[in-house]
Amino acid sequence: MAATTAREILGTRAIQAGFIAGGMALWYYATDVAGVSHLFLPKIGSVYRELSELIVKGAVLAPLRVTLTSVAISYFIAAVGGIGAGYLVARSAYLVRVLEPVFAGMFAIPITLFFPLFVLYFGIGAESKIAYGAAYAFFPIALNTIAGFGNVERRLIDSARSMGASDAQLFRRVLLPAAFPVILTGLRIGFFICFASVLGGETLLSRTGLGHQIAYAAELMESARMYAWIVLVIVISTSLNALVSRIETYQQRWQQ
Amino acid sequence: MSASLDAATAGRLARGAARRPLPPVFARLAILIALLALWEFYARMFGDPAFVRPPTEVVHALFGKILAEDTVRQAILLTFWELAVAFALAVAIALPVGLVVGATRFTHRSLFPVVLLLYAIPQVTVLPLFILIFGLGPAGKIAFGVSHGVFPIVVNVVAGLRNVNPLFVNSARSMGANRLQIVRRVVLPSVIGSFFAGLRLSMTMTLLGVLLAELYVSTAGIGYFTQLYSETFDPAPLFALITVLALMAIALNEAVRRAELRSSRWRG
Repeated sequence: MAATTAREILGTRAIQAGFIAGGMALWYYATDVAGVSHLFLPKIGSVYRELSELIVKGAVLAPLRVTLTSVAISYFIAAVGGIGAGYLVARSAYLVRVLEPVFAGMFAIPITLFFPLFVLYFGIGAESKIAYGAAYAFFPIALNTIAGFGNVERRLIDSARSMGASDAQLFRRVLLPAAFPVILTGLRIGFFICFASVLGGETLLSRTGLGHQIAYAAELMESARMYAWIVLVIVISTSLNALVSRIETYQQRWQQ
Repeated sequence: MSASLDAATAGRLARGAARRPLPPVFARLAILIALLALWEFYARMFGDPAFVRPPTEVVHALFGKILAEDTVRQAILLTFWELAVAFALAVAIALPVGLVVGATRFTHRSLFPVVLLLYAIPQVTVLPLFILIFGLGPAGKIAFGVSHGVFPIVVNVVAGLRNVNPLFVNSARSMGANRLQIVRRVVLPSVIGSFFAGLRLSMTMTLLGVLLAELYVSTAGIGYFTQLYSETFDPAPLFALITVLALMAIALNEAVRRAELRSSRWRG
């Protein structure tokens, strides 16, 4: 995206808003005119009532807190573990050749498969979702850390060395700034994987959290409430998305 | 690889005793064997049998319980079949959509934002909805797999169409190529590469979608057996079942990766 002008971004937003409006119109038509079953697609009005009731009564707060706390802890573990492991591996070219394919191969396996094991070991509570999310997010962060430190230009290291830089100076002044953007990409990918995994884990098997609320409402066939929770989660994830891209813009500006 | 700064290597080189390290493949194998041995040792010595069983017993359960029992075998085969159908449908839907969205500057500007908007939604949130609409059977799992598999292909096909090198198009035109020739000789070869990259991602995502739905529905299929083994604290067949599915995932990934490599070799 070399030439994303303010006008083009505005156009994109307008198109997306138009699409949402069109979708709402279609929704209204399907339920109020064409008469699609309320079980599959409840009326907009009833979803809105459920949504406002959830918010007014404060029923959102407890699940929201559980999910966001789980994501925060899980992501912290994944970030520290991923960057730490990635850095340790990247220090040695040999270790990179041995372990990088292992990490990449593990990342290709859907870790969802192991979810029953996480429940077996960490129970049905938030712990299993934290561990599951952390395991999922670990790999992109570790792989990007390895790539970031591994692809620092030899020329830069050699010239810093020849000017008498110590190990610590080399790390702080050369390796870290050079690897930082790539690591940040890994952190961003890891964050969304972590968020989706915690939600997914809650949907699969849980007693609390946003994902559980959606699954629970579906189980009771309370479609309107299920849609209300889905709308909430989409709003939250969209805001998180916007927040992360804002952070990224700042980082890019800072780097220049 | 430039960041190899470990003092041990430097010291060894200085002493002139440069012992050759194990080739990476053997080193990986050695790590794997060591981990298995450690697991076996731990499980036999300290492990609670309700949670940890040694690898030898997992292998035993694999042949005695997983592959021997018809119901489990059928659940695995059904998952494989669901995955195949979902992947085929995802490609069949995504390719035309991608081609239309990426065809012109106008369609790209008006439709691609919508694709990105939908792609940004965490799809697990609508998993219960899919099961509600499509039922507990294979249809729901296939549909959820398709919903995961479609986006990577659409995005990659669009990127392939929009990133055709204008220099090639212009030079083809100046050498007298007509529209059809440009599409066939310049645009398509450019699209095919990113299409295959999208296929690989799509396979991973479709597998994720199908497995999520399989695990979510615990009344039948793989989800039923994982829940059964977890709830009866019988970890050996649980590990065995997961291992079979993981091997399936690895094999499929490798197959699509090979196909991608071949396509790039074919393009030269």
